[in-house]
Amino acid sequence: MIWFFLTSGLFLGWSLGAKDAANVFGTAVGSRMVRFKAAAAIASLFVILGAVVEGAGVTETLGHLGAVNAIAGSFTVALAAGLTIAWMTRARIPVATSQAIVGAIVGWNLFTGSPTDLGVLSKIVATWFISPLLAAIFAILIYLLFKFVLGRARIHMLRLDAYTRAGLIVVGALGSYTLGANNIANVMGVFVPASPFHDIHLFDLFTLHGTQQLFLLGALAIAVGIFTYSRRMMLSVSNDIFTLTPILALIVVLAHTIVLFLFASTGLKSLLISLGLPSIPLVPVSSSQAIVGAIFGIGIVKGAKGVNFKLLGKIASGWVMTPIFAALLTFVSLFFVQNVFEQEVVHHPAAAEERTIVPETAAGEEAIALPDIAPKAVAPANRDSEPTSKAPAALPAAPAESRAGNDSMITTKSSNLLPQPIN
Amino acid sequence: MSLLFKKNKQTEIQIDEFLDLVIKGGLIFKQAVRFYLQGRREEFESHLRELCETEEKGDELRRQIESKLYLRTLIPESRGDVLGLLESSDKVLNQTTETLMQFSVECPVIPEDLHPVFIDVSEYAVSAEEGMVKAIRAYFRDLAAVRDHVNKVLFYRKEANKSAEKFKRAVFGGDLRLSHKIHLRYFAYHIELIAEEAEDVCDRLSIATIKRYI
Repeated sequence: MIWFFLTSGLFLGWSLGAKDAANVFGTAVGSRMVRFKAAAAIASLFVILGAVVEGAGVTETLGHLGAVNAIAGSFTVALAAGLTIAWMTRARIPVATSQAIVGAIVGWNLFTGSPTDLGVLSKIVATWFISPLLAAIFAILIYLLFKFVLGRARIHMLRLDAYTRAGLIVVGALGSYTLGANNIANVMGVFVPASPFHDIHLFDLFTLHGTQQLFLLGALAIAVGIFTYSRRMMLSVSNDIFTLTPILALIVVLAHTIVLFLFASTGLKSLLISLGLPSIPLVPVSSSQAIVGAIFGIGIVKGAKGVNFKLLGKIASGWVMTPIFAALLTFVSLFFVQNVFEQEVVHHPAAAEERTIVPETAAGEEAIALPDIAPKAVAPANRDSEPTSKAPAALPAAPAESRAGNDSMITTKSSNLLPQPIN
Repeated sequence: MSLLFKKNKQTEIQIDEFLDLVIKGGLIFKQAVRFYLQGRREEFESHLRELCETEEKGDELRRQIESKLYLRTLIPESRGDVLGLLESSDKVLNQTTETLMQFSVECPVIPEDLHPVFIDVSEYAVSAEEGMVKAIRAYFRDLAAVRDHVNKVLFYRKEANKSAEKFKRAVFGGDLRLSHKIHLRYFAYHIELIAEEAEDVCDRLSIATIKRYI
């Protein structure tokens, strides 16, 4: 049954692969600078790598927003997000997977009465404005740099063509990696608390954690989406906002990649913290939003004459409609799944409490995670408040002990993704 | 990836070789006209043969470049422009060959007092052709320089027109037979055409250059 529930996540992954790979390789394939098969193979490989290696950080943030703790709930949330994307795409409104999934999670929170962490939500919503803006700024800066260098380097057109192809492949690979790292949370994040996978140890050399296996599955769905449907998207990749040449496409994808990397890299976050600098939140940002922002930036720096502002308005309206529609659809769908199909869309609070009363066997590692989970367990009536502010310091820690010792990654994460208390 | 760079490098060399042939064609033409006016027929004929060979090589090289650009899908966004430029510059080379061939076949008798003006026409026409090749080379490497070369071509084309007009006025104002006058006009007109063709290439080049700015 659990495999059936995972299908909605796989569907979401497929649609992300079909839609967002075109953001990374669209112009390269559309302008025949890179062959589709090569682009699809590179994109798939690096999406999988990004998702498995670096998908955890962003997933944790999404988990803070709403811990969808029952598999039927996860199924409904992913399905509602997927249907929202399908509907918006059919209506020819550019849509962001991140917004659909965030809206769907908020819909789940509303339906189940779980608190929505407004801090995390505002952080995520802020990135919807910041990421296209940042992408536009990066695109402008990179454009000016390219213009300066190419104006002086006097590179032969054919050699520049070879460099551009190489650049499109390298940047496309990086873009795919960051797409996997940043967007796997959108595809599989809601299934993490209910993940059916256990750690796999390979010759005592390498451990593939349960969450990583889940991400691998989601990334494979993305890869299938890339191979089966993204060709059409890539070949018809529109130059509607602003017409791009291969060099401009390289600049746009580079700006997009930097933005996604900033919001996905756990390594960068740790580095900034270790340097005493303010860290960048690990938040799932929309690949489409970053691309639109970067193209807009290029259009502006080139005089804004060729920019289709009408289409930009339509895209912006889609960004507002997507999370609202996804939240509403999730709310209605959850009602049906719970009352018509009689599926558990949220763990009962009693079950949650049972899981929190635990053993003195909790190891040191779990004890560290305690402050995160404790308030959620003890403050069921306090839905709207900041849950962490009243954390009792010495509550026993929790559910991850069943996996303790063999899944440290999930341990840390699941401590943030515990069942939310329901009235 | 290194294979891709190697293939591009080969095509880059071939384009440069093709443009070298166009330049060479202009120089041979200029020298051959001088030999003709000096009555050195053997040297003239030898230059004509050399020009015909150069033109054939140019045609062959152009075809190779065209097929490489298409088969290897090189410079997909500028391919049409580049092929158009190479074809038009090949037409300029053909025009020089055809004009010189007419000298060999029709053997026009040019009055000695008109030789300097006639040489001016051919020199300006060849200068326009050389400017055109420089502009095309700049299109591949240094876009900012294209405009300068194009302006030079326009200048030489005007000068060629002026000199041709001067030549025609002198011919028709003289005592020659009408058939002789018409015959000489025809030659001045064909040399002018070399400069006109070069100007057409530069017009095309100006648009292609705008498209290449990032």
